[in-house]
Amino acid sequence: MAVQDALPGRVGSGGNAVLNDQRVRGVIFQVLLIVAIVSFAWWIIHNTAVNLRAQGIEFGFDIMLDSAGFQINQTLIDYQETSSYVRVYFVGLFNTLLVSLIGIIMATIIGFVVGIARLSNNWIVAKAAYVYIEVLRNIPLLLQIFIWYFAVLRLLPPKREAIDLGPLGLLNIAGWYAPSPVFGPGFDFVVGAILLGLAASFLIRAWARRRQMATGERFPVFWTALALVVAVPIVVYFLADALTKGAPLTMEYATQGNFGPRGGTRIFPEFIGLLFALSFYTASFIAEIVRAGILAVPHGQTEASFSLGLRPGHTLRLVVIPQALRVIIPPLTSQYLNLTKNSSLAVAIAYPDLVSVFAGTALNQTGRAVEFILITMATYLAISLVTSAFMNWYNSRVALVER
Amino acid sequence: MKKPILPLLAGAAFALTAASASAATLDDIKAKGTLQCGVSQGLPGFSNPDAQGNWSGIDVDTCKAIAAAVFGDASKAAFTPLSAKERFTALQSGEVDVLTRNTTWTMTRDTDLGLNFTGVNYYDGQGFMVRKDLGVSSALELSGASVCTNTGTTTELNLADYFRKSDMDYEVVAFEKADEVVAAYDAGRCDVYTTDASGLYAQRLKLANPDDHMILPEIISKEPLGPVVRQGDDQWFNVVKWTLFALVNAEELGVNQENVEEMKDSDNPAIKRLLGTEGSFGESIGLSSDWAVSAIKAVGNYGEMFERNVGPDTELGIDRGLNRLWTDGGIQYAPPVR
Ligand SMILES: N[C@@H](CCC(=O)N[C@@H](CS)C(=O)NCC(=O)O)C(=O)O
Repeated sequence: MAVQDALPGRVGSGGNAVLNDQRVRGVIFQVLLIVAIVSFAWWIIHNTAVNLRAQGIEFGFDIMLDSAGFQINQTLIDYQETSSYVRVYFVGLFNTLLVSLIGIIMATIIGFVVGIARLSNNWIVAKAAYVYIEVLRNIPLLLQIFIWYFAVLRLLPPKREAIDLGPLGLLNIAGWYAPSPVFGPGFDFVVGAILLGLAASFLIRAWARRRQMATGERFPVFWTALALVVAVPIVVYFLADALTKGAPLTMEYATQGNFGPRGGTRIFPEFIGLLFALSFYTASFIAEIVRAGILAVPHGQTEASFSLGLRPGHTLRLVVIPQALRVIIPPLTSQYLNLTKNSSLAVAIAYPDLVSVFAGTALNQTGRAVEFILITMATYLAISLVTSAFMNWYNSRVALVER
Repeated sequence: MKKPILPLLAGAAFALTAASASAATLDDIKAKGTLQCGVSQGLPGFSNPDAQGNWSGIDVDTCKAIAAAVFGDASKAAFTPLSAKERFTALQSGEVDVLTRNTTWTMTRDTDLGLNFTGVNYYDGQGFMVRKDLGVSSALELSGASVCTNTGTTTELNLADYFRKSDMDYEVVAFEKADEVVAAYDAGRCDVYTTDASGLYAQRLKLANPDDHMILPEIISKEPLGPVVRQGDDQWFNVVKWTLFALVNAEELGVNQENVEEMKDSDNPAIKRLLGTEGSFGESIGLSSDWAVSAIKAVGNYGEMFERNVGPDTELGIDRGLNRLWTDGGIQYAPPVR
């Protein structure tokens, strides 16, 4: 500032001095920008309203309470043809979230495996990972969705036949008929045992850490936790089975109907096709991110770790990965967002996601394009913001703590 | 530097807002020199492109008849393929001038959507197609079946109504594009394919083995299919409506593609009015007096249009049934030109 004031020509420009002040000018331009944006938004909205009215198209959200009249096959909440468009919205939203969430988990696991394999010293493993990445990320996703879907359909036996997966149910062209769990009276005890086991494990971990810090003695936390969370509940299960009438948990299987198996938990082929396409496609990008993250950790870190006597597995887990994560998390977030948004391609293969049933079928049955699209856009925005907020929080946790 | 940005911006906004929404479609079309029709993405008999990209079908002919009535030249018709889901938005936004795309006339579409149906060029109804080896002979045996269909159609709603009414359960698999419905049904994903009966005959031709499939006897709905225009432009509405009526009247009066020129000399006053040798009916809808002559020359009368595209001698082989003239026991009926 002082330097600026001393500039020749600035001195004595009188009334303009205020306008020449950087801060004042900054504020003025901010205000102008806001006014411009608001007028533009107002113009768009006004124009839309005028044009809609001129064309005799109704506008309003009360239509959302009307009953939809069409059926949807995969619904995570109760839904009938008589349900309202509001319910259609939630059916679609949950289907979007379901495929996105499972897709994100699968893509992350595959992506990490492939990314690490890409750096393997084994020539075949590294090349296989390389080919995977190059092939999958260079074929358009929509095409991959079709390939997976129609491959799933063509490979599986027709509707009236099925591959018997034994305890896992039946599999055919109409999907996977997984067993449905039926909970008996004693199941509450099992759930209680699992929860108690989890709580105890956390306490034990904290205690073991403190003790290790203080004395250097190690405690087998993992095996203890496994025993508490898995073994104890199994014992409780058999106790409950013996003490109450009826098993705590039974599995209900599909039965043979006129047109193939019926009942059980249906996993639709549309879901499987979309899930696989999204996961394998996004994994190819995640693999590159993971590779870049690991390469970003200087080799000196590994050497230092080795010279401290850490084994390679420990070196990767305790030294390299935590540092690599700092590089990995931000771009990983955008991949998660991409996967969620890409799930809207579902409509191509009849998976009833939000875009397909709400911004698609429902919009078309009512003709209320503006309302349905506005709600859908706001929803995707909200999902994306929540995802990035979570990832930002996680990023700040793994970020370098300066000591 | 102190330019009055804000007033300028606001002024521009007002100016642009004033852009009128309901233009005179007919004038626009004449100025453009082409008539843009929304059609399906490929439904044999109705609107289907061949390998060279030439469109044919009863809906395509309806569009060509309108182009001929307006320009005296059917080749001025241009086609925009639209999925069931896209079609109304495309018409509302002005991307197409008229929708000739096997579209069912319903109350919502005619009122809420800001559209007007101009008539019916094909009386249809919804049917079911199944594999013959399924051993089903009636739609009432379909409880528990999975059904493939198109989203954004009346088909979806009728299906739900029918199964609910008959107390049967089912599973719907609804695709946006017709080709995917065919592919999924053909792969065996669904037991049943449902759409307008005419559509079933047409899509059956696309299956790997058309003879392995049969259409069940039940027709579960009324599907009057016809051209659609935007609401609020009565002149254009009249042009489309009366072009269709002219084709039906022509059949009734025995005027066809071949004899239309001779018929101009006919003594029958109804024919004279239709062909513009008496009165000024063409002028009253903003066209020339020989509007109907051009339309009939381009595609023939309604009966010829039907026989050529979907009739018994075509691949589809559909009986005229309901689409016979009212004088022949059908319900095709056009108000008189007078
Ligand atoms: N008439 C019904 C159904 C129209 C419809 O979309 N039918 C499908 C199946 S026959 C179709 O035209 N497919 C061809 C395409 O999408 O290009 C309606 O207006 O909702």
